[in-house]
Amino acid sequence: MIHPFHHQKKNGTNEEGPLVRIEHLAIAFEKPVLRDVSLDIHKGETVAVLGKSGSGKSVLLKLIVGLLVPDAGKIFYRDKEITSMDEFGLMEVRSNMGFLFQGAALFDSMTIGQNLDLFLVKHTDLEAPEREKKISEALEMVQLKDAIDKMPSDLSGGMKKRAGLARAIVIEPELILYDEPTTGLDPLTASSIAELIVTLQQRLGVASLVVTHDLPTAFTVSDRAMMLNDGYAVFEGEIEKLQHSGDEFLLEYLAASRLDRERHDKLVQIHEGEQHPAPEQNQEQNGNRQPAGPKPEHGQSHETDKKVLT
Amino acid sequence: MANDELSEKDLPEDVPAVKRWTSGLVLLGGLWLFSMRFLKTLARPPYEFKEIVRQLNAIGFRSLSLVIVVGIVIGAVLTMQSRPTMIKFGAEAYIPVMVAISSMRELSPVLISVILAGRVGAGIGAELGSMRATEQIDAMDVAALDPYKLLVFTRVMACMIALPLLTIIADLVSLVGSWFVERIESGMALSHFIQTVINGVEFSDYLPGIAKTVFFGFVIGIVGCYEGYNSTGGTEGVGRSATDAAVTSSLLIILLDVVFVKVTLMLWPY
Repeated sequence: MIHPFHHQKKNGTNEEGPLVRIEHLAIAFEKPVLRDVSLDIHKGETVAVLGKSGSGKSVLLKLIVGLLVPDAGKIFYRDKEITSMDEFGLMEVRSNMGFLFQGAALFDSMTIGQNLDLFLVKHTDLEAPEREKKISEALEMVQLKDAIDKMPSDLSGGMKKRAGLARAIVIEPELILYDEPTTGLDPLTASSIAELIVTLQQRLGVASLVVTHDLPTAFTVSDRAMMLNDGYAVFEGEIEKLQHSGDEFLLEYLAASRLDRERHDKLVQIHEGEQHPAPEQNQEQNGNRQPAGPKPEHGQSHETDKKVLT
Repeated sequence: MANDELSEKDLPEDVPAVKRWTSGLVLLGGLWLFSMRFLKTLARPPYEFKEIVRQLNAIGFRSLSLVIVVGIVIGAVLTMQSRPTMIKFGAEAYIPVMVAISSMRELSPVLISVILAGRVGAGIGAELGSMRATEQIDAMDVAALDPYKLLVFTRVMACMIALPLLTIIADLVSLVGSWFVERIESGMALSHFIQTVINGVEFSDYLPGIAKTVFFGFVIGIVGCYEGYNSTGGTEGVGRSATDAAVTSSLLIILLDVVFVKVTLMLWPY
């Protein structure tokens, strides 16, 4: 796979092995959030973390990047334990990670271009013209090239997520962490963001951890999934096997999601019947929108998704 | 229940008062650690000079008109209030010196600092609080951008540079305000007013006053940043951070002033 960006990183790691290893993680705030969670994330794979609101999905992401410290358990990044690292060690590890925040977290005093440039200045030795080229390439990948001089406040919710994604990929991370990438978006924009995650994963070959409570998004983007409930992982494995787990909570979750999915399909049918693009879709220059379903291989249709969900 | 566990009846009766005291101690401890981190960052160049200049403009230059108005009013009001008493004691000729010393030693440094604690401290608290609420500070952390160095260090440095400069301006314009009143009341010439001030004011009158504003600037910056940086509770927390930043820094400035006055009097006794 050819990476679209080729520039020298200030910090890089080249060892083989699982990229991230999480062992028996536990954390409590006012009450226990994660009790015993373990997970491996391998190079190039996409793992979805599912669960209802407040189940500790976002907490898990913040633990991986060292924004929170666990009460028990360990996290390794390329065999280096990050749970006991100091600030400087964490900075080095974080320079290999991209993070898409729920609200995109763009710096609102800077243009979109400056938001991306700040990351490149910090993490690369590139000169200004080369940085401009990289910024332009990253924005083109998320179909936001015209937004380079715009302020974050001028963008819609979906465009902010795309800009946040461009900022996450511009430094060539080995791992991208997505915190609820489709939350707060209409179904069509959510679907286009999910599609974009798949496209980026295929083009860049990065490992991804996608935290979501949206099952269609999880099926679209991921190879494996982990379902959290009451602080434990009630399922961990290939996403297609989710419905066979037999866990009561999981079946309930799937049933609720299927109802959502039916509503989503109905909306898509109405939309296609009108035979013109929705305003948000127009604004974001979405390409080939596809219904949510298991992550397609090249040339594979999304029909399997319906089999899994129904 | 095990013997070493606490039950509700073991808690002090006045729990809210205990909570207030403990939260006060937590605030002081947090501020201390936050300040130590500033010193650590100071010892670790390179610095974000561009951002410091940008903050100097936002904190210093944009406060200039407010400082000029306050400075003129300090000089004019002080002259009007003291004039009858000075005349009573036959010391009318000392009014310019009295105003200059009062303004330089105490009034300008403290009043300007307290006013800027409201304007600048609350502004910093709200700005950083909103960045925390929208996860922008987390985004910097994750991207290894060192948010403390980029956001906190630059703002505190800007406050420490801006406060003394603004105080010098306030000192000068307070004399203009005083002369204006003197001109109306007694027709005093500007040259005579300036000569009287130069003859009556000593090194120990203006230097300590200006020097302490470096520390007041530090207090405004560090408290504002601390409240904003550690803001919790989303948008509601942003408002709380702004208010707490203004109140805490004003209080600390007034308390610190007592210490500075004592030190000044020890170093330069009358």
